[in-house]
Amino acid sequence: MALPKYTETRYRVWHYSYLFICACVFIFLIAPLFVIFPLSFNAEEFLVFSEGMKNLDPDAFSLRWYKDMIYGTKNPWGLAAKNSFIIAIFATIGSIILGTLAALGLSSRYMPYKGIIMATLISPMIVPLIISGVAIFFFMAKAGLAATHTGIVLAHIILGTPFVVITVTATLTGFDHSVTRAASSLGSNPINTFMKITLPLILPGVISGGLFAFVTSFDEVVVVLFLAGLENTTIPIQMWTGLREQLSPTILAVATCLIILSTLILVSAELLRRRSERLRGINR
Amino acid sequence: MSSETQQILTTDGIPLSVSLKKAERKNKIKAFLLVVPLLLFLIITYILPIGDMFMRSIDDKMVTNMLPKTFTAMEKWDGKEMPPEEVFAGFYSDFKILVQNKEHGKLAQRLNKEKNGFNSIIKKLFRQVQRNKIDEGQSIKEQIMKVHKRWRDVEYWQAIKRTAPPYTTAKYLKGMDMYYGPDGNIMQVEEDRRIHRILWLRTLEIAFFVTLFSFLMGYPIAHLLATLPMKYSNLLMICVLLPFWTSLLVRTASWMILLQQQGIVNDFFVMIGLVADDNRPEMMYNKVGTYVAMTQILLPFMVLPLYSVMKTISPSLMRAGKSLGGTPFVAFWKIYFPLTIPGIGAGCLLVFILAIGYYITPALVGGASGTLISNQIAYHMKTTLDWSFASAMGLMLLTGVLVVYWVYNKLVGVDNIKLG
Repeated sequence: MALPKYTETRYRVWHYSYLFICACVFIFLIAPLFVIFPLSFNAEEFLVFSEGMKNLDPDAFSLRWYKDMIYGTKNPWGLAAKNSFIIAIFATIGSIILGTLAALGLSSRYMPYKGIIMATLISPMIVPLIISGVAIFFFMAKAGLAATHTGIVLAHIILGTPFVVITVTATLTGFDHSVTRAASSLGSNPINTFMKITLPLILPGVISGGLFAFVTSFDEVVVVLFLAGLENTTIPIQMWTGLREQLSPTILAVATCLIILSTLILVSAELLRRRSERLRGINR
Repeated sequence: MSSETQQILTTDGIPLSVSLKKAERKNKIKAFLLVVPLLLFLIITYILPIGDMFMRSIDDKMVTNMLPKTFTAMEKWDGKEMPPEEVFAGFYSDFKILVQNKEHGKLAQRLNKEKNGFNSIIKKLFRQVQRNKIDEGQSIKEQIMKVHKRWRDVEYWQAIKRTAPPYTTAKYLKGMDMYYGPDGNIMQVEEDRRIHRILWLRTLEIAFFVTLFSFLMGYPIAHLLATLPMKYSNLLMICVLLPFWTSLLVRTASWMILLQQQGIVNDFFVMIGLVADDNRPEMMYNKVGTYVAMTQILLPFMVLPLYSVMKTISPSLMRAGKSLGGTPFVAFWKIYFPLTIPGIGAGCLLVFILAIGYYITPALVGGASGTLISNQIAYHMKTTLDWSFASAMGLMLLTGVLVVYWVYNKLVGVDNIKLG
């Protein structure tokens, strides 16, 4: 973004102030995440940088909050993490299966009533979560699934499928249908064609939709607050209660782990996106 | 030429057009069958429950079912004078059944909401009925009217008549701080008790300003990301995507740490001498905290659609504008900006829709002045258990969102939603 030599001073000033504004916004976006790292290693119980930490005194840092997170008797983080992973994994599998099938149907050019069906399928993404929460709670209460893992998994499938539908439909827009026709003409049955030809080609879209569904489920708190009983507590619920009652450094240790997890997810999502674009022959 | 000779036949002897139509129908059914599992699942677990919310929000069958004979008798009553003997007789026989089933308390509670004072007079009548003080051989009207002077007041009978319809819009009126007056016309709640209107306005205000701030901050960085060479922009894109993928609660927690009175933001203000050390401003548990945290959380939803639109704008357009004599500002305003309007529409409406239904962040960093309509819905769902009122407010919010979504669809199209 180097400026040409002939640029007038006022445009030069404007250009640098523009870059400065952008830098500030980037700091605003990313800096809050980095505050958590050092504070989670705080040896003291306060959520401010102690004098020792400012002087980089090694005694001021400790792993005690991580130990508390794992071994602490009062902290149900272990149960919460187990529940969160179980729920998120099953919700992701459910979302992927239902969402991919629907996306395959939707991207067929023979699909009738495409507009209204698409709008229905992605409605859980547009409707505010609190309303989804109320509606899903009414259903689960009637079906006797409130305060069960099954109920929460079903709720998260509802919230996760729109992401799978959108990403897989997007992958299928560049899809060359003559390859499936070629497979059929060579004697392959539809299921075999799907497994051997279509699925490998749309896999990046499926997985990145699945990642969205996983994160949605793993991070979801509004609906779970309505549905969860004591045994169904999840990480977001524990964080929510913790943040409401008192901000303990243990929460920061958990938050640090969650940031690392989201970094891993970001990297895999990004790699998948590039692979998908390469496969579809989109060059940028 | 006759049509016989024109028609092309397939090898089976069926006209080609018929055969093609059949194949197309088969393809249609095939495509539809793929969508069916998800569609059915969503209809059962999601769409119908939203319909259930609507039924609950207008449901007022309780009294209708409790006093069937009363309301049948009331059909002939003009509603102005005291009701005739039949109404009293009907009411008495309904009430006896309620006393047997011990449901008169529920009736008292519901009628008391319609008009204050029902609680005590129903209790009095209950005692009379329990002791068998009412003689069915004589005029029941006279006897009930003797129980309490309010039973002689026609306004109380009018109130009972108002509960006759099985459906009511009262919950929706309550959501807008209005109620049905004694003669059935709509009245305003007293000025100092209009809490819901404040919440609606505050929700709109916060959603509007968060959208505005996100736009003002998101536009420059989306532009930078779209114009920088790939190797730099990929790195900076992480600054947008990492918060996007990070848990909402983690980001809220980090803002709680940053904005607390001894927090880093306040430390910084003290350091540059903006505020005195002993006079640190409260930046959390008020609107400031809500704005700051929500803007940071929703900013990626603004940047991503803007970026995907800006990426498609060729840089040569700006160069052409400048070479034709436009200053950079004119070229930007007349050429670049209009081309980004689809992205602006997408980003703004996405952020607005998300912000209007926000609940978690305002509840944590907003304090009392950061409560939004969603918090109120959650409160009625979990604390007061007034589910029909929560449903009514939820559906009012949903209507608002659908209107915004409809505009979004008109401007940008649903298919243009892009993720990452």
